[in-house]
Amino acid sequence: MTKTYAEINEKIASGKAVVLTAEEIIDYVDKNGLEKAAKEVDVVTTATFGPMCSSGCFINFGHSKPKMRISEGWISDVPVYCGIAAVDVYLGATELRQNDSANMYYPGEFRYGGGHVIEDLVAGKKLQFFGLSYGTDDYPRREIRTMFDINDLNQAIMTNPRNCYQNYNVAVNTSNKTVYTYLGILKPRMRNMTYSSAGQLSPLLNDPLYETIGVGTSVWLAGSRGLVYAQGTQHCSDVERDENDVPVEGAGTLALTGNMKEMNPEFVRGVSLKGYGVSLALGVGIPIPILNETILKRVTVRDRDIQACVIDYAEDYPQKTGKVLAKFTYEQLRSGQVELDGKKVAVSSMSSYNKALKICNLLKAEIEDGKFLISEPSQRLPLNQGMHSLEIKGPAK
Amino acid sequence: MITKKIYLYFPKSETEKPIVCQLIRNFDLTINIFRAKVTPEEEGYLSLEITGTQEHIDQAYEFLSEFDVIIQNKGIHWDSDRCTHCGNCIVHCPTGALHFSDRTTRTVMFNEEKCIECLSCITNCPFGVCSSAF
Repeated sequence: MTKTYAEINEKIASGKAVVLTAEEIIDYVDKNGLEKAAKEVDVVTTATFGPMCSSGCFINFGHSKPKMRISEGWISDVPVYCGIAAVDVYLGATELRQNDSANMYYPGEFRYGGGHVIEDLVAGKKLQFFGLSYGTDDYPRREIRTMFDINDLNQAIMTNPRNCYQNYNVAVNTSNKTVYTYLGILKPRMRNMTYSSAGQLSPLLNDPLYETIGVGTSVWLAGSRGLVYAQGTQHCSDVERDENDVPVEGAGTLALTGNMKEMNPEFVRGVSLKGYGVSLALGVGIPIPILNETILKRVTVRDRDIQACVIDYAEDYPQKTGKVLAKFTYEQLRSGQVELDGKKVAVSSMSSYNKALKICNLLKAEIEDGKFLISEPSQRLPLNQGMHSLEIKGPAK
Repeated sequence: MITKKIYLYFPKSETEKPIVCQLIRNFDLTINIFRAKVTPEEEGYLSLEITGTQEHIDQAYEFLSEFDVIIQNKGIHWDSDRCTHCGNCIVHCPTGALHFSDRTTRTVMFNEEKCIECLSCITNCPFGVCSSAF
């Protein structure tokens, strides 16, 4: 039994598509069997919500009178990149506020930065833009200071080079002092452990070999109709995988884009990580069309079938030793406690299963209502691609 | 016997008075101080749990009203609208005040009664969900 994208879209458009979440499909296939379920189910919704540092947005302010080619700019005191056309800027999620003392008084608090500006923009708040220029004949204005909100902008296009990491490290700290990381605060001597994945709900864990998610796939990006515009940076599919083809480490990534004017502020949230910096937590939902039984089999993956590697963030991660302390399944991690080296370690998550589940259901409702059609990728994500390290080289002779 | 959690604001004028000592002596109250920042010549705050009979607690409140001390009842605020339910706070909360109320949907809840105001949630929450009144 196989279906095409067009057939599934016809069913969606006529309001007859059968849509289940990545959680619901597990029991459904258990009860009905693969063959029957593959006939009946058209789409399975997957989702994730968590900090995704490689995120940001392009903004177009429109031209002032007289015109200005902005060469330096700040939104709510957070610097934006101006090395593009006159009134276009790029705002990155991890950009610190100007004069943030960072880790000068360690550990820094990082209360506000790029991710928070993006949250405030989507929430419709009034923000201040300050820009400078050197002035040119055609763009004579040299300074601008104005209040604006997202409705005043021509475009606010979220453009994220790397989202939706297929799987992710589990962080622990074996040293004698607290370490501050992007996976949260890690107490000394393995007193806690953090992971960051929606596990059985996560998009690329439900499509481990990128059979339906590729360049051109329509995605639900924080409520907007977004899309995968490229492989994500550091996409590295040539990694260790379990028998079910699910990778046990980072692996695939997606570059996503979407219109911020259509986004729901609940799923676009600034993140402050003590001693580390700022980021942006995002909600992403991706529908997987059930084209055949193989694809269906893959979306029945459960937390207990997905493993993740525990890495020491005091030594092995920063020094890039490649050492893995242990592997645990997401079922074990989600229980809240695992045993490592004979020691019981409390486990928590940086990624929200609760929000991911909510997104699965929101996307399910949109598809059932015929409002969200699936799209066939125009390009498959690379399957056997590795990743380079940066070799430090001397100056060119 | 009942237990109440309150926090007191002391303006400069009241910081040199042994108010807590009198609460214990005069009204037979058991006092458990969570946090205190009461310094002579500076305004200050005192967060505490008081246990005693309803009658004694009422009398203590009346006694406190003779001073320029403001009684408030939420030293730590948990903003449920801002919580993303990631659960990162849970391993850092020593009393289980922050906990999963529903393990299937992994919904985080805050039980104010159990909070001892250690402030570790404020340090650990990436979303700034928890805040202190002082």
